[in-house]
Amino acid sequence: MIEVVSAARCVTCDICIRVCPTDVFERGADGVPVIARQGDCQTCFMCEAHCPADALYVAPFADPVPPGSPHADEDVLGAALGEYRRLVGWGGGRTPGSRLDKNHLFTRRLRS
Amino acid sequence: MTDLTADVFVAGGGPAGAWAAIKAAEAGASVVLADKGYLGTSGATASGGTGVWYVEPDPAAREAAMASRESLGGHLADRDWMARVLDQTYANMREIAEISRYPFPEDADGRQIRRGLQGPEYMRRMRVRVRRSGVRILDHSPVTELLADASGAVAGAAGHRLRADEPFRVRAGAVVLATGGCAFLSKALGCDVNTGDGALFAAEAGAELSGMEFSNAYAIAPAFTSVTKTAFYSFATFYHQDGSVLEGAGSRRGRSVIARTLLREPVLCRIDRATEDERRAMRLAQPNFFLPFDRQGIDPFRDLFPVTLLAEGTVRGTGGIRIAGNDCSTSVPGLFAAGDAATRELICGGFTGGGSHNSAWAMSSGTWAGQGAARYAAGLGGRAGTRTVRALGEAGIRPSRADGSGPGHREVVAAVQAQVLPYDKNYLRHGDRLAPALDVLDAAWRDLRATLRADGADGVRARSAAAMAAHARWMYRAALARTETRGMHKREDRPGQDPAQHHRLVTGGLDEVWNRPETPVPAVAS
Ligand SMILES: Cc1cc2nc3c(=O)[nH]c(=O)nc-3n(C[C@H](O)[C@H](O)[C@H](O)COP(=O)(O)OP(=O)(O)OC[C@H]3O[C@@H](n4cnc5c(N)ncnc54)[C@H](O)[C@@H]3O)c2cc1C
Ligand code: SF4
Ligand code: SF4
Repeated sequence: MIEVVSAARCVTCDICIRVCPTDVFERGADGVPVIARQGDCQTCFMCEAHCPADALYVAPFADPVPPGSPHADEDVLGAALGEYRRLVGWGGGRTPGSRLDKNHLFTRRLRS
Repeated sequence: MTDLTADVFVAGGGPAGAWAAIKAAEAGASVVLADKGYLGTSGATASGGTGVWYVEPDPAAREAAMASRESLGGHLADRDWMARVLDQTYANMREIAEISRYPFPEDADGRQIRRGLQGPEYMRRMRVRVRRSGVRILDHSPVTELLADASGAVAGAAGHRLRADEPFRVRAGAVVLATGGCAFLSKALGCDVNTGDGALFAAEAGAELSGMEFSNAYAIAPAFTSVTKTAFYSFATFYHQDGSVLEGAGSRRGRSVIARTLLREPVLCRIDRATEDERRAMRLAQPNFFLPFDRQGIDPFRDLFPVTLLAEGTVRGTGGIRIAGNDCSTSVPGLFAAGDAATRELICGGFTGGGSHNSAWAMSSGTWAGQGAARYAAGLGGRAGTRTVRALGEAGIRPSRADGSGPGHREVVAAVQAQVLPYDKNYLRHGDRLAPALDVLDAAWRDLRATLRADGADGVRARSAAAMAAHARWMYRAALARTETRGMHKREDRPGQDPAQHHRLVTGGLDEVWNRPETPVPAVAS
């Protein structure tokens, strides 16, 4: 589930609010999105891929993490924020991940 | 309130809806598309990615592609439809390459390899193309019901704009339902938007469903996560908790062994049958497959990790709205269906499993439904937006009794999930367990039909809850009617295939659910 919105990194562009399929975010008073409906999060990682500022972290669990979890601690997570965007290959100077896709190797094998 | 008119209205903005909107617009129609979430991130494809049933137009290769799944699908597919889908998919993939400039991987000779699409990249580019086609997109705008004219022809749709918290209505010449399948809010990757809404709307308009017994797809995921990318589990070994091998368990054959074991004890897994090269390739193929592992500090190639099976219902099943014509029209005038909202039996019978067919179907059926809807709307000669319309929604929006308090949408969802998620009811099917489950679901339906109602965003949830309840009843009614094992529908009490049931099952009805055999499939296949 979505666990971290980094106020330090966020550029208040509203993109995550717009793209989240299950409408989890609301704009906070300072412009930084707040996780308003975490229970609706479907752990799809899409907001993290679309955030231009690497300000989001989606923990890999389908339920909220317990208090004190490192998965909700921006300082511990560090470079993990926005990592999925890097893997998808979005952002300046990156190669789209699809260009390097090797899935066909497996689909061929699985089909045979 | 947002009140619009259009030639064609498209419900749903996954690949099927996006293609429908583009092709309707190219055919000259004015188009409005509404998505429950956001066209570009929403639905089963966007957050994952798909292998595509893409086969060069070489007769031998096409023949092999068509033959490969016929027996798995229980010989319920249709060769003409398969051939059409292979042709259309080939053409659409070329458009994805040339118009949307999708960055395909290349082989050693610099030729593009077009056999797969990564979801985020594919759907981001589809959004751009939909917008450039002049389509008006309403994001975060779930449809809640269809509108019909005096003759019963579908004439638009209505819903709720979540971010503005206001209703919307679009009067249209024709409607394409592309709302995806139904995964019962199981938290499977990207599928919580897929609650089977389109099938409910279609049934309220009088359309039929087909193949609803093929609705028990379950996908392997690391326990406690959402990531249901299953392809790589064919390189895995499954284990008991004490580290001994779980005999017979596997991703493709042997998933039922995993289900049966999970009913009693945890199942562990390790992807220990891939070479170093394959491991490297896996990371590039499906980056989100590794997120749950990397983020938990698990090395899936070396460490044992617990797995679960998440229900995907009709998303990776094949049942859905019955297709009545080559243009993906339904039996109701003005209503078209595409993608997972429609039955995929035409090209894969009762089984899809390892994919590729679904994505090919989504882009092909979307194309035909969009074109068909545009043609139908043009045939109305400008009357599209002027007809007097009435709203068709019933369960969850216009209860039959306005008094009394009944269950809320949360209780309905929980009641439905209790009957459709457990492996021993839906996956490992047996008449003795299906029948009582259906009784519970029928009773839940009577309750919600009488009283369930809510407004605004909660109204959307009430309709989704009603759609899931309807879906569950169609599924189990059909599963009980098919007293044999065929395709993904496996009955423990009826283990063999019965030649007398070599036909599709048509299902329909809301307060009274019925089914009947479709006229037998021409005997091309068996
Ligand atoms: C993990 C995973 C892996 C898969 N892998 C493969 C594969 O390798 N090969 C393959 O062929 N297939 C695969 N599939 C299946 C494939 O993703 C689907 O067949 C495909 O996404 C269907 O497209 P669609 O447009 O019909 O539905 P979706 O992509 O699910 O889109 C449906 C859209 O409708 C919207 N919607 C829902 N209800 C409403 C409403 N009431 N009003 C408005 N909008 C609504 C949703 O928000 C969503 O955007 C996979 C599926 C999953 C889950
Ligand atoms: S997408 Fe990222 S930068 Fe933009 S508002 Fe959301 S968190 Fe902030
Ligand atoms: S992970 Fe998906 S559902 Fe959750 S907040 Fe991000 S975009 Fe929304």
